[in-house]
Amino acid sequence: MEILAQLFWTLLASGRDVLPIAMVLFGFQFLVIRRPLPHLRNIIIGFVYVVLGLTFFLVGLEQALFPMGELMAKQLTDPVFIHGAEANSMVENVRWHDYYWVYLFAAAVGFAATIAEPSLIAVAIKANQVSGGVAGIWGLRIAVAIGVAFGVSLGTFRIVTGTPLHYYIAAGYIIVIIQTIRASQSNNRAIIPLAYDSGGVTTSTVTVPLVTALGLGLATTISGRSPLLDGFGLIAFASLFPMITVMGYAQFGDWLRKRRHKKGESQ
Amino acid sequence: MTRSKTQKELLRFLGLVTGSVRDLAPIVIVVAFFQLVVLQQPIPNLAGILLGLVFVLIGLTLFIQGLELALFPIGEAMADALAHKGSLFWLLAFAFALGFGTTAAEPALIAVVAEAAKVAAAAGVVEASPAAQANYAFYLRGTVAFSVGAALVLGVFRILKGWPIQYLIIGGYLAVVVLTFFAPANIVGIAYDSGGVTTSTITVPLVTALGVGLATTIRGRNPMIDGFGLIAFASLSPMIFVMLFGMLWSGLS
Repeated sequence: MEILAQLFWTLLASGRDVLPIAMVLFGFQFLVIRRPLPHLRNIIIGFVYVVLGLTFFLVGLEQALFPMGELMAKQLTDPVFIHGAEANSMVENVRWHDYYWVYLFAAAVGFAATIAEPSLIAVAIKANQVSGGVAGIWGLRIAVAIGVAFGVSLGTFRIVTGTPLHYYIAAGYIIVIIQTIRASQSNNRAIIPLAYDSGGVTTSTVTVPLVTALGLGLATTISGRSPLLDGFGLIAFASLFPMITVMGYAQFGDWLRKRRHKKGESQ
Repeated sequence: MTRSKTQKELLRFLGLVTGSVRDLAPIVIVVAFFQLVVLQQPIPNLAGILLGLVFVLIGLTLFIQGLELALFPIGEAMADALAHKGSLFWLLAFAFALGFGTTAAEPALIAVVAEAAKVAAAAGVVEASPAAQANYAFYLRGTVAFSVGAALVLGVFRILKGWPIQYLIIGGYLAVVVLTFFAPANIVGIAYDSGGVTTSTITVPLVTALGVGLATTIRGRNPMIDGFGLIAFASLSPMIFVMLFGMLWSGLS
């Protein structure tokens, strides 16, 4: 019964989220464009699917994944799990390599949550359509997922070691800039906008709650970290590194093609 | 005849469900592995979790279905209609309204600004009273919503002009790095995260379809090179605006 009530409330909330979007769309349609919308019936059915789909998706995540994921984040960052039974509730002198399970968990959850992220699926479908099938749906999704995995894992390492956030971010941007320059001078130009977009789409419904729980768990159990200041920032890592891996994916493919080409010539 | 049609529908639907199963398998495996092998705990409330997974499966399948039926076509149809109307003003007004409207109502953003108000109160930038915090959260939310609207305006303008995206985005990132050194420490983490929370599951497909639709309609634009990139603008500009907001707020108070 409880789950039905939850379904109902989430349905109202999703409806409320869609409302401003529907208002903008239909407002412009009727006031500015003033032409009947083609396939109006399909679009309305589609919107119902979107609202219902998001509702079931969120209620299901809330029921199945988030409580366990959050509990696991708490248990994995618990000093007792990391340092054994005699540990205090606050860890003083952290050794970064004691936290290997945390880094592994961060990477695994980052990867797996990104694969399940609906907005990334949407962008991958569109890129595949636009490129006429050249940009594979799975290639893009896996490249992005690897980026998120690396980003979140590095982000937990940053919280454990307490190094400043902006060093990492600045270093990441420099890599992005170098890759962009290289891509814009080659025939990989088309990957640049897609790579930039994939930074923004990674962090929505599935990834954010799981990753935030991990950050908060670490920041509250390590002495000298503040959950308010250090708990933030993981999301930024998760949106920076996919840009690097997506451009890297295209550049790697290029390199493979060139190598094969060279081999073919030499034979 | 009709029978084979329904059979086809059914097969297609089964294909979609199989796709969703594949999308969800990794996260289920990761959580189960860490729970059972690393932490060595039993899985609590197994029946409830299985029911939840069925819900997630139904939800993802319906969403993907709705994506193709509604979000992609309407985004492209509007881009097409506004481009043919030939009014730059209405096209940019639409881009702004879409960005502002979807972001202002975004639940993830509401949660982040509430958290940010707490951080600001702890840092002494805002009075600790709930009213002062709510006030701060309201203005911060407005700033982020405005920044996403402005970002889409700039992004759409770029598509019209065919400017290469990298100069704008790299310029933006340089601005982020420079601002980081001047912005108050309590706002930096929030600013970085606010870029990630603005682009929700419904906004992303719509905005992507808008960009691709515009680049397809306008002659001389390549949908692959010019069509993508709107999301990048929408996740970059909040970082800049939130840091500016933090500097202004602490400067004024």
